[in-house]
Amino acid sequence: MIKVTIDGINTEVPEGTTILQAARQIGGEIVPPAMCYYSTLKNSGGKCRACLVRVAAGSAKDPRPMPKLVPSCITMAQDGMVVENITNPQVLETRKGVVEFLLLNHPLDCPICDQAGECDLQNFAYEHGMAKTRYEEERRTFDPIDIGDKIKLHMNRCILCYRCTYVADQLTDNRVHGVINRGDHAEISTYIEKAVDNEFSGNMIDVCPVGALTDKTFRFKQRVWFTKPLDAHRDCPKCSGKVVLWTKGNDVLRVTARKDQYGEVKEFICNECRYDHKDMSHWTVEGPRHIDRGSVISQNHYEKVDLVKLKKDVERQLKFQEGKRLEQTNNSAE
Amino acid sequence: MTSLSGRSKVVVKKEMTLAERMYLPAILGGVIITLKHLFKRKATVKYPEKKREFSAVWRGQHVLKRDDKGAERCTACGLCAVACPAEAITMTAGERKKGEENLYREEKYATTYEINMLRCIFCGLCEEACPKEAIFLTDRLVPTEFGRGEFIYGKDKLVEPVDNRVDVTKRQTPAVLEFKKHKNLSHNR
Repeated sequence: MIKVTIDGINTEVPEGTTILQAARQIGGEIVPPAMCYYSTLKNSGGKCRACLVRVAAGSAKDPRPMPKLVPSCITMAQDGMVVENITNPQVLETRKGVVEFLLLNHPLDCPICDQAGECDLQNFAYEHGMAKTRYEEERRTFDPIDIGDKIKLHMNRCILCYRCTYVADQLTDNRVHGVINRGDHAEISTYIEKAVDNEFSGNMIDVCPVGALTDKTFRFKQRVWFTKPLDAHRDCPKCSGKVVLWTKGNDVLRVTARKDQYGEVKEFICNECRYDHKDMSHWTVEGPRHIDRGSVISQNHYEKVDLVKLKKDVERQLKFQEGKRLEQTNNSAE
Repeated sequence: MTSLSGRSKVVVKKEMTLAERMYLPAILGGVIITLKHLFKRKATVKYPEKKREFSAVWRGQHVLKRDDKGAERCTACGLCAVACPAEAITMTAGERKKGEENLYREEKYATTYEINMLRCIFCGLCEEACPKEAIFLTDRLVPTEFGRGEFIYGKDKLVEPVDNRVDVTKRQTPAVLEFKKHKNLSHNR
């Protein structure tokens, strides 16, 4: 076990843990945002630079700070490492820049996009970005294409996080799509418009942090905040069968896998569960899905408050505030 | 108990004097008041022949605007409906087909858009929430009807006719008008 300090909070993690994972172990506001890193997909991360943090002390043996900001999702924590995330204004300033870069080519078509309301880029830009853009040039544009009969690809919205290609590599056999061309011309595409019809290919919709890959069976059906999410399961021979049903009245509009608090799917579901069982009678409903209170989807959804969890949350916040204060006093002493 | 306002009068039931019992002075006083009002400015107007002047920011019946080329601005994003405190707005979205570019501005549009005018409290939050400058409240009044069903306004009543545009320039904030000048910003073309 090694000791790491993140924003003034000490924690112990096993060796070989990344800074991001260590921060997630602490939880709360100090967790760096991640647009491309996905814990269930191997080799993901290191591309979007959203999770950049400052390492104030490299390790107990060599306490020099790292010269540049490091991506926390692929940098291993070391014993005695001191990490600054939201307590460092330089990090926050850099994140503003990262938002601006990600939005260079991203169209501002959230009113049309089906991902709006559960979009990682929307949240990231809202929390860390600026309200205005300085970009005046033409954005790169592509026509939306169908990859397979169930998935729509809006290449305009893609931020090239490569998550979907890792899904294709690691979850499906006979990979048929990937990234072609280079630099500004790079785009996700299929091999000569070859259909993506693998049994687990639908998961690329769930891993997409933006609205580049969307469910065609849910296309423009309903805004996500007008639907009611329910935890449900069924006996599925191919996958775990644990899903979220997005319903309106008695209609199942969409079926997705269950995402954790960082928007990551732990148990991927098969295409049969995703597309072919849009009927309440096919599912055993467990209850309403917990939606974070900050999300627009939680509008008009009421749930019982878990007091023990709330207390823990408050205590964690206080701890975090203490850490923040410590850092500030240190700075003023200098 | 003492009165809070200090303006209440204690009623005393005492014998009326002769002058009071004749009632004539009181009647005369009443006639004078009536005559005075005959020459005063009237508080009412003869609606609908004469209409009162509205404030520029009066919040009356909604309009769904079209853009300069006559295409509908609304893209059924649902932000007005989620902002609406009275839950008066409902809509369904549809995908624009090839060849309908002059009818709808974006690839998604509202196939139905309904405002229940009985629920609506004319707060103007839908107007504030709209990212596409599609919905505006205007200085028109919602006319009275005989049935409740007639108050549910569909697109036929809400979308402005191409040949009879509704002027909402007074309602646009200076910031919006300034933004519209900058056509070099790609999301403003």
